[in-house]
Amino acid sequence: MTAASFTGAGAETEVPLKRRLKRAERARQLKAFALVGPLLLFLLFTFAGPIAGMLWHAVDDREVRQVLPQTVVALANWDGKELPDEKTYAALAGDIQAARDAGTIAIAAKRLNYAQNGFRTILTSTARNLKAMPGPGTAKETLGKINAAWRDRATWTTIKRASGPVTSFYLLGALDLVRNADGAIVAAPPDQAIYREVFARTFLISLGVTVLCLILGFPVAYLLATLPPGRSNLLMIFVLLPFWTSLLVRTCAWIVLLQSKGVVNDSLRWLGIIDEPLRLIYNRFGVCVAMTHVLLPFMILPLYSSMKAISPAYMRAAASLGASPVTAFLRIYLPQTLPGIGAGSLLVFILALGYYITPALVGGAADQMISYFIALYTTETANWGLASALGAVLLLATVLLALVYGKLVQGQQVTGGMKN
Amino acid sequence: MSDAPSLRTPSQRIAWIATIVISTLVFIFLIAPILAIMPLSFSSGSYLTYPLPGLSLRWYEDFISSARWMNSLKNSMIIGVASTLLSMVLGTLAALGLAQWKSRFKPLVLAFVLSPVVVPGVITAVGLYFFFAPIGLTGSYLGLILAHTALATPFVVITVGATLQSFDTNLARAAASLGAAPLEAFRRVILPLILPGVASGALFAFATSFDEVVIVLFMAGPEQRTLPREMFSGIRENISPTITAAAVILTTVSVILLATLEGLRRRNERLKGSG
Repeated sequence: MTAASFTGAGAETEVPLKRRLKRAERARQLKAFALVGPLLLFLLFTFAGPIAGMLWHAVDDREVRQVLPQTVVALANWDGKELPDEKTYAALAGDIQAARDAGTIAIAAKRLNYAQNGFRTILTSTARNLKAMPGPGTAKETLGKINAAWRDRATWTTIKRASGPVTSFYLLGALDLVRNADGAIVAAPPDQAIYREVFARTFLISLGVTVLCLILGFPVAYLLATLPPGRSNLLMIFVLLPFWTSLLVRTCAWIVLLQSKGVVNDSLRWLGIIDEPLRLIYNRFGVCVAMTHVLLPFMILPLYSSMKAISPAYMRAAASLGASPVTAFLRIYLPQTLPGIGAGSLLVFILALGYYITPALVGGAADQMISYFIALYTTETANWGLASALGAVLLLATVLLALVYGKLVQGQQVTGGMKN
Repeated sequence: MSDAPSLRTPSQRIAWIATIVISTLVFIFLIAPILAIMPLSFSSGSYLTYPLPGLSLRWYEDFISSARWMNSLKNSMIIGVASTLLSMVLGTLAALGLAQWKSRFKPLVLAFVLSPVVVPGVITAVGLYFFFAPIGLTGSYLGLILAHTALATPFVVITVGATLQSFDTNLARAAASLGAAPLEAFRRVILPLILPGVASGALFAFATSFDEVVIVLFMAGPEQRTLPREMFSGIRENISPTITAAAVILTTVSVILLATLEGLRRRNERLKGSG
């Protein structure tokens, strides 16, 4: 009927109506976007901006060019095969004197020392001993006398590489890689190569915790999904209460339980099972136990919602068709829980990767995960470039896994894995 | 058990009993640490061991009379309440907008809005530390409130968004056709309907801020230390029974939040059932 009345109304009114509708819709969409706008702006300032800033710090390399500007310019055309020319030495001498007066030598020294151990001494001793500007044509000789390192091509290569404005130095460093004298990327010397091991450790602990959560969480989720609602709601408190309890409280509780004079050791000794207290905390065991405790609800809740969606009729149908209970479970029930298993495992793994507080409090020196080193380099040693580069690697891993997670829960409820 | 699934064969019965036994052990694993720490806060002795030498409230007195602990509790409240209010406003507006917005960029925007929950705390904290330090926002309440709001808002967007999914948009049209101005329609029709979602979002937001410690570690000056931050140093240095008292106070807050949320959920289900 509507189609007939519209075709009868004539072409003159149809077009404006269409346009009017379109315009109204566009206004509605604009209004909708305007409502999201404040949050987007807010997050740009308090979240995206800071993270972009961190990523920038991972490649930013302007310290040396700020402190030794003329040297950087003079080195721009240096081919690196021979020692630089007299002009470059004179530029360096001028830069060092200017930097000494401005008190900025330490900034460049710190940066260059990351690239070449001992560079701090080279630069500070030169600054101390370079009393006056060397006469024309004598800069090379003077600097070489003050510190023999200036007669070494490698010293100049280090400065040239650190000339910025951007560098791959920190990102390579985060993966235990360095550039050798010829500029090729090679493995870092063994005494400096620690981050691959830290990443592997972070990965292993996260994987172990995820597996533990799955093993412990599966039966609980099954029980909660199978019991009638009244009873399962009651038991759900056992999952939700720890979920809502402060991370600090739970970590503190595990220390109280597991320390050498703690509740567990005391009980075991009282029962006569052990004579000497077991070492249960400040090691890998303590980290895994405490992290599993914290992350278990994140496994149980998505598993529970995927199991809740499985109709018991499927299992009855399988049984009536002659499947044994084991067959029915393995071939009918388990496959339907796979999305829940995937979502829960990924969520736990992603959250575990970034853990900082729990390992810092209940782990030993050999149990610290990547976040610990990021924090250490940010606040203690102020090596912001390396901290940011390690952060960039962790962020990349998290984002990739989160994308997989997003694909997985697409179609499932958006809130499936979140806190509710 | 009477309410077990149909258990016709012995193997099924064994599997079911095994499920119950394992689950019980896991429940104990989940709840025992929290229960074990509580009585210690009422101990009259200063060692964190059982049996308790006697009962006393001395550690709570210690907490209340300590300027450091009380200041941290006050800070947690200030930062928690302020970031909850801010995230309620930002999150509710965004959820309302997202519900109406049709665009192929919407999944991307949604992912961006929710991403603070997934990104590791240390990364956000380091980024904020670099970003806020030059503009004087480290060591300030404002900086912490802004940072916690960013972490907490996704929860408001999720809970309000979930409420809006079951929301009949015809109600808003009906209000408009009956002559209600947009603002009035919002205040008298939409807001009452989404209020449970806003409220549970607010609870999540408060819990997020109240529990957050990584950003506080990086950004708070001595003046802004929160309760979890104070507990962090306490655990690092030496676990005194005062910390267990602080833990009990924190847990009490959690239980109140959880109970309120559960009450909201029940009320919501009842309303849905009757409607």
